[in-house]
Amino acid sequence: MPRTSVFIDMTPMVDMAFLLVTFFILTTSFRPDEPVHVNTPSSTWTSTPPEHGKVTITIAPDGRVFFDLDNQNYRRDLLQRMGDTYGITFTPDQLNAFATGSSIGLPMSAMGGYLDLDPDDRKKVEQPGIPVDSTKNTSNELGVWLVNARLAGNNPVILIKGDQQANYPSVKYVFKTLQDRKVNKFGLITSEEAAPSTNQLK
Amino acid sequence: MAELQEGGDVQSHRGKKRGGVRAKKLSTRIDMTPMVDLGFLLVTFFILTTTMQKPKAMQVVMPEKDVKDSTQMSKVRESEAMTILLGSNDRVFFYYGIQDPKIEVTNYKKIRDTLIAHNKTVMDLQRANGWDQKGVIVLIKPTDDSKYQNLVDMLDEMKVTEIKSYAIVDVSPEELAMLPK
Repeated sequence: MPRTSVFIDMTPMVDMAFLLVTFFILTTSFRPDEPVHVNTPSSTWTSTPPEHGKVTITIAPDGRVFFDLDNQNYRRDLLQRMGDTYGITFTPDQLNAFATGSSIGLPMSAMGGYLDLDPDDRKKVEQPGIPVDSTKNTSNELGVWLVNARLAGNNPVILIKGDQQANYPSVKYVFKTLQDRKVNKFGLITSEEAAPSTNQLK
Repeated sequence: MAELQEGGDVQSHRGKKRGGVRAKKLSTRIDMTPMVDLGFLLVTFFILTTTMQKPKAMQVVMPEKDVKDSTQMSKVRESEAMTILLGSNDRVFFYYGIQDPKIEVTNYKKIRDTLIAHNKTVMDLQRANGWDQKGVIVLIKPTDDSKYQNLVDMLDEMKVTEIKSYAIVDVSPEELAMLPK
C-alpha cells in the first residue's frame, strides 16, 4: 500500500488568510483612546462626517463634557491659545503630551498637572469634564475651547457625540454654548439605523 | 551531476523507461503551518480591532440667537403650528396651534402617523388658502427630564416624515405645569 502524504496543500488557505490580512490592514482605522465610552443613538441619516478637520464634543451618560480636535498639528496651537487666554504657559513637553492625546475633559486649572503625568497614569485619571454650565461655575470653558479651536484649526466641522442616556439639560448647555459662539450648524453623531420602508409613509 | 549523467548514459535502454537513476527528488513543499498561524493571528487581530460601522452625522441647524423669537413666532399661523413636548420616561406630549393648548399624550411609535396626518391636513389647508406650501411647523421642546436619545429620535422623525420646518425650543413654565406628572 502506498504511503499517503500527511501534508495538505495549504497554499490556498494561506492565500486567503493573507488576502484577509491585507484587506483588514487597509480598511482598519484604530479606535481612538477615549476617556469615556459613549453609546450614540441611532438615526436614519446616512451622511458621514469628514475624516479629518473636526471638533468632537462628547457628552457622557453622566453629563460630563469632553472636547477633541482631531488634528495633531492644530492641537498644539490650540493648547497654546488656551494657555494665552487663561494666562498659563505650557512647556514644550506639555504641548507634546496634549498634541498626541485624545479627548480632554478637564477644567483649565487642572490641565498642567494632568499633562505632567505619565501617559499610563493619564489614562487612569477620572476626568471631571469641561465646565459648560455658567450658572454653576464662574466660566463656560467649552465656549473658549470652541473659539480657540476655530482659530487654531482649519475651519473644523463641529460634531456632538452624545450618549443615548445623557440628560437633556447637559445637551442643552452644549447647544446654548454653540449658539452663543454663533455655531448654528453642527452635526449630531449617530449610528446607522434602517430607514422605514416607503410604504409606511403613504 | 556529472556522475549522474554518466550513469544515465551507461544504462540508457533500461534507464529511460524507469526515468533514469536520479538523485532523490527533494520535496518542494515547505511546512507552511507557522506562516498560516501567523496569518490567522493577524486576521483575528484586525477583525477585533477594526471598527466596521462608520459613524453618521445628523445635520442640525439652530436658529440664530440674536433674532427675537417673538417676531418669528408671529409669522406662524395658529393652524400651521404644532408643539411636541418630550417628557420623562420616553413619553411624548403634543398639541396643535399656539393658543389654548389641549395636550395629548402619545409615544414615539404613534407620533409618526400623527405627524404625517397633521402635515397633510396643514398642506391641504395651505393649498386651499394659497399660503406657502411649507407644511406643518413643529416646535420640539425637550423638557429637562428627557434624554438625549428622545431628541435625536424626534429629529429623525422629522426627516422620516419629511417635515422641513422645525425648531428646538425651550419649554415654557406654563407648558411644564400642564404636563401630567
